[in-house]
Amino acid sequence: MGDFNRRDILKVGVGATTALAGAGIVPVRAAEWTNTPEANASIRVLRWKQFIQAEFDKFAELTKAFSEKTGVKVKLEAESWEDIRPKAAVAANVGAGPDLIIGTLDDPFKFPDKLIDVTDVAEYLGAQYGGWYPVAEKYGKKGNSWIAIPQGATGGCMNYRISHMKAAGFEEFPKDLPGFLKLCQGLKKNNTPAGFALGHATGDANGWCHWLLWAHGGKLVDQKNQVAIDSPETIAALEYAKQLYATFIPGVLSWNDSNNNKAYLAGEISLTLNGISIWTVGKTSPDPKQQEIAKDTNHAACPIGPGGKSTEQQNVLVAYGYKYSKYPKAVKEYIRFMWDKANYDAWEVASNGYVSPPLPAYNDNPVWTSDPKITPFRDCLKRCLDNGYAGDLGNASAGAMGDFIVVDMFAEAASGSASPKDAAARAAERAKRYYQA
Amino acid sequence: MAVIAEPVVQAPRASLLSRALENRSFLGSLFMLPAILILVLFLAYPLALGFWLGLTDTSIGGTGHYVGIANFVSLAKDSVFWLSVFNTIFYTVTASVVKFAIGLYLAVLLNERLPFKSILRAIVLLPFVVPTVLSAIAFWWIYDSQFSIISWVLIKAGLIHNYIEFLGDPWNARWSVVVANIWRGVPFVAITLLAGLQTISPSLYEAANLDGATNWQRFRYITLPMLSPIIAVVMTFSVLMTFTDFQLIYTITRGGPINATHLMATLSFQRAITGGHLGEGAAISNAMIPFLVAAILLSFFGLQRTRWQQGGRD
Repeated sequence: MGDFNRRDILKVGVGATTALAGAGIVPVRAAEWTNTPEANASIRVLRWKQFIQAEFDKFAELTKAFSEKTGVKVKLEAESWEDIRPKAAVAANVGAGPDLIIGTLDDPFKFPDKLIDVTDVAEYLGAQYGGWYPVAEKYGKKGNSWIAIPQGATGGCMNYRISHMKAAGFEEFPKDLPGFLKLCQGLKKNNTPAGFALGHATGDANGWCHWLLWAHGGKLVDQKNQVAIDSPETIAALEYAKQLYATFIPGVLSWNDSNNNKAYLAGEISLTLNGISIWTVGKTSPDPKQQEIAKDTNHAACPIGPGGKSTEQQNVLVAYGYKYSKYPKAVKEYIRFMWDKANYDAWEVASNGYVSPPLPAYNDNPVWTSDPKITPFRDCLKRCLDNGYAGDLGNASAGAMGDFIVVDMFAEAASGSASPKDAAARAAERAKRYYQA
Repeated sequence: MAVIAEPVVQAPRASLLSRALENRSFLGSLFMLPAILILVLFLAYPLALGFWLGLTDTSIGGTGHYVGIANFVSLAKDSVFWLSVFNTIFYTVTASVVKFAIGLYLAVLLNERLPFKSILRAIVLLPFVVPTVLSAIAFWWIYDSQFSIISWVLIKAGLIHNYIEFLGDPWNARWSVVVANIWRGVPFVAITLLAGLQTISPSLYEAANLDGATNWQRFRYITLPMLSPIIAVVMTFSVLMTFTDFQLIYTITRGGPINATHLMATLSFQRAITGGHLGEGAAISNAMIPFLVAAILLSFFGLQRTRWQQGGRD
């Protein structure tokens, strides 16, 4: 997946319709789809809570424009993305709740039978805009049907202090794992350490631990969903993590998703994995010290392991409608409107590049090149694997990630509370309880 | 002579409803009905459903199948589950003992004639009034690995050189959350025991004074035995609330580091809601019941021994 790039896209006809060439990429059909929302339709939309107010304001503005255009009333609500997961599941269980949820990762795969088939709108968007990223397709499609529409990813990149990196002897951010370890060691030596969450931080800890595991060729399960975590590749990843942990600022074992933001903006750490939010907050902060930190900050993709391919784990956003909705056509029309390139582009500009796009055609948004510091976030979906890798998305992948199996394994091995071998064996035992259930 | 029979006027027969309403047994049952409905609907049904879910492989959004005790067998082999059992017992025992000691001490102190007694009582109650999540967030900052006020003060005072890893080290984290729980739980124990102290007749103390009893003897042979029924109730509630604590742990540590502060309640949530395995989460919740029953029986019957209450030695 990491090899995929825009050169792989062949333009084939209707308007901007293109097809993606290459293994596993769905050939797109002509962008034709007619849909008329139900009369007097009224839908409830629950989405992830905004980090950037302008982003949400634009989203609400577009929603209002949709209502004016179609006559469909939309009640828009927002919750913390971690809180959406249980709510989405409960809605599926009881058969009542929002008509459309924009949540995260593999949630739709936990209750696929309860969701509206959105194949028509997904294929329409794919055809209209030249195809989805393969990983986006995996997050949206079950078998031959689409059960969710990928919205993008609140992408994570390496956030680093330029001056501190240079002081550690690097002119550019390292692109491989040995270079990355050397950089962290240099930062530690200069008393400007790195810090990566190893507590139960749903986004950050899962993000960097899965990246490191996959970068070494390790994986929780194989393609047949058999537990494969107890492997030499995993041990190698854990040995590497142990060396890396020695360079971190103390306390990362307790870090949740907000600790690295606080520590970075306080000047306590020089390198971490995070979204664009640290830089955005620093840039817009009234505090001159934080502004200075933002000025000295840049972003980079996660280094690539021996496999030679990007192996990032990203917080992919997905929209899914429920079968209990009385207005499935209105739900689909809302998706079509909000994913329409002109609207998506306007929203992306307002979010200042907070969401990495799911369709390569959206990469030409000027926001991505308005500042070179934003550009690395554009390609997050191009660089990432899905969180069920190398198996399927579903209850088991969601359970394993929700139970922090990989994060705990890294925390145990890195901190020395268990040997890498024992930590991998324990992770395998825990994973089997999900994958053999 | 013709006799005209006068019609017999019969008393109107009382309706079934009015007769039922005059029946004490029926009326009693009728008045109990709302309470029974509430108990069945909000307590018995969820409990039974939870128990049933623990015997199934139900996932969120999916229908489960009966799997017998498979969830419990699986948990028996799960090291994280056993760690959570240990953490829960450690958390409950240490926090409850300290809460009782400090609570009793404060109650006795506040029962004395003190200046500004009402203000002092209000202050003692404050931690209980603050919403749990807010106090948990405050502790999260106090224990922060980079911004801890405690570490900052100690560094400024020259007593330490590095920030203390309150939440980054497993044992530090366990003690840290215990302290947070104690801070929050002491007011409940103190104020309830204070209420109990005020029910003890002053004449008992006056009689003891006349007999030349020392302060310790008055406490040991009057205060403690007279207070023991209240202590039993307070400690039962305190143990229950501590054993099932969720908010403090979830806000401060989320069960970390490396599951060192995961309680059974937080692990149950993680497996059932975050992980989506309702059946297993319910099984963990069910596994809490024997511990809770044992704790209740111990504190209830242990502290309600009548001879002890009468100042004897059982």
